[in-house]
Amino acid sequence: MKKIVKLEGLCCANCAAKIEDGIRKLPGVTEASLSFMTQRLVMEVEDGRVEEVLEAARKVADKVEPEAEFRVVR
Amino acid sequence: MTKKQKKMVIRLTASALLLAGGIGTEGRWSLDWLLFLLSYLAAGYDIPLKAARNISKGQVFDENFLMTAATFGAIAVGALEEAVAVMLFYQLGELFNDYAVGKSRQSIAALMDINPEYANLLRDGKEEQVDPYEVEVDDLILIKPGEKVPLDGVVTKGSSSLDTKALTGETMPADVKEGDAVVSGSINLTGVLEVRVSRLFDDSTVAKILELVENASSRKAKAENFITRFARVYTPIVVILAVILAVIPPLFLGNWGVWIYRACSFLVVSCPCALVISVPLSFFGGLGAASREGILLKGSNYLEAVAALDTVVFDKTGTLTTGKFQVTEVCPAEVPEGGDRRQAEHELLRMAACAESRSNHPIAVSVREALGEEIDPAFVGEMQETAGKGVRTSVLQGGRWTSVCVGSERLMEELGITGIKAPQRTGTTLFAARDGRYLGYLVISDTIRQDTKKAVAELRKAGVRRMVMLTGDREETGKAVAEEVGLDESYGGLLPGDKVAKVEELLETKREGMTLGFVGDGINDAPVLSRADVGIAMGGIGSDAAVEAADMVIMTDEPSKIADAIAIARKTVGIVRQNIVFAIGVKLLVLILAAAGYASMWAAVFGDVGVSVLAILNAMRALRYGKHPEKDRI
Repeated sequence: MKKIVKLEGLCCANCAAKIEDGIRKLPGVTEASLSFMTQRLVMEVEDGRVEEVLEAARKVADKVEPEAEFRVVR
Repeated sequence: MTKKQKKMVIRLTASALLLAGGIGTEGRWSLDWLLFLLSYLAAGYDIPLKAARNISKGQVFDENFLMTAATFGAIAVGALEEAVAVMLFYQLGELFNDYAVGKSRQSIAALMDINPEYANLLRDGKEEQVDPYEVEVDDLILIKPGEKVPLDGVVTKGSSSLDTKALTGETMPADVKEGDAVVSGSINLTGVLEVRVSRLFDDSTVAKILELVENASSRKAKAENFITRFARVYTPIVVILAVILAVIPPLFLGNWGVWIYRACSFLVVSCPCALVISVPLSFFGGLGAASREGILLKGSNYLEAVAALDTVVFDKTGTLTTGKFQVTEVCPAEVPEGGDRRQAEHELLRMAACAESRSNHPIAVSVREALGEEIDPAFVGEMQETAGKGVRTSVLQGGRWTSVCVGSERLMEELGITGIKAPQRTGTTLFAARDGRYLGYLVISDTIRQDTKKAVAELRKAGVRRMVMLTGDREETGKAVAEEVGLDESYGGLLPGDKVAKVEELLETKREGMTLGFVGDGINDAPVLSRADVGIAMGGIGSDAAVEAADMVIMTDEPSKIADAIAIARKTVGIVRQNIVFAIGVKLLVLILAAAGYASMWAAVFGDVGVSVLAILNAMRALRYGKHPEKDRI
């Protein structure tokens, strides 16, 4: 299942790379891509694990870039 | 400028004034250090705090920590002035990054400002403003002048002109009237339109385009992945080197202050953000420049692929040609002595149109269109059709019924008609005879797009080595078109499966490191589009299968846009390469000079902030593409 998250206030390109890397390694995530320019995180999540993955992803983002607001688009 | 940025400007101005005061009074006042300290705090009081917070969360090598360590180190060895300068310029650089990135985001968002906020739904004759998501198929909506068309549909009432610039890059407004289809995302310019919705918002053109554009930067280019991988190893290595530099040499040589100062310079240069930011920024600009030309790319990786196009394979019908049949030649067998040739042509066309008046075959339709006048059915008798050969009928002519035959050469032979002259041009030929006498022939062909020749010439100039046409049409017809537009090779009589095989064959013969693009109109092309390195779909609007399968969508029906795409892609890739070489080069140089003691911390500040600003300014050029200079000011 595809989940799209907006990371409003993401202002460091290297942090974006770190967040992307961290989220890609989360269990339940098959594919993840975070675009620094559009501040969009696109994840391919295993069915039925969406909630769990979103929570973990939020933690990863918060750890690297606490200023960015984590908003699930769809 | 955002509020945050404005606040930073004030902080940095204060810091700069304090720094100037500090430098001015240095050595003449016992409290000069206080001015430096205040300057430092004004510029970067939050940086050590952020560093502490991030370390507590397990993030060590971030730029806050590096800057804190570098400046604290400098302060410890008494280089107060440098410590303040590092912090001030670091923050200045960050502010500039932030501003530049924000500007680019904005200008691209404005470019793609096609998202309709609402729809005027007509419910029981009353109009109601609703979210486009709520509108169902077959609902009626009202679109007033100045509003965006929210959903795809067909005009049921009214006429107007539509601005489709954001969708197609086409600057001429398109006129629409009752019965015409309207595309969501275009802007209604003049009249009020009542439209019957044909697709849900999610399936509408505008939603498809937005989805494509927004996801485009998720598919990253090789250069982007390279730079993030590089940053991941670069920072730790430089930090380790800094530690070694601060500790090992002074153990043998003494002079701790000098070595710690040099190590601090290392830390300043070790920040990776400058390097990392300019690459996605360039690609983002390139994607934006392309979409302004009506070229949508599904990812930065395709910009790289387009920049390296070596072989371009075209589908014929609907791509190089319009896909519409037209009468291209009318050749009467004889023009009466002293008679008007135009009259003879018209007579021939009229006979053919009469014979074809009851058929809906595309060829019949094109013949009637060429005549351009209605035929009274009362003048045409019973029609007899021989499949694949032609038709026979009778036409009332000057008060008597004449027998008219229109069809292939075989039909004429069967009827024993002589004097047939085969035409020079290729295409479908239709011969006509009346009362056993040969009248002449018509050539009907799919017309070549006006833009095609220019496209081929421009691609050739851009260095595309091989251009090939694949068609399901007859070999000779294909050859003729290929020759006329200037392609290198053509292969005819291919089924969709054969096209895939042919493309695979061509993929093997392309030059090393280069790419192959396939251009099609999307009908039956999906497998080939996905097999090519770059699948290019033309006339993207309305052809969903093509938009799904392709990597690049040309919204207009101009094949010459491929050359524009190559130019934009090459420029972008060039900028990225310049930035990577320049940034890494300067950083390495500064590191070497700093280790040897030839570069001060000021040089390190240039190696960090200066490089970052220059790289970003360079990256922002990617957004500009020659044709629209007036819109490109940032």
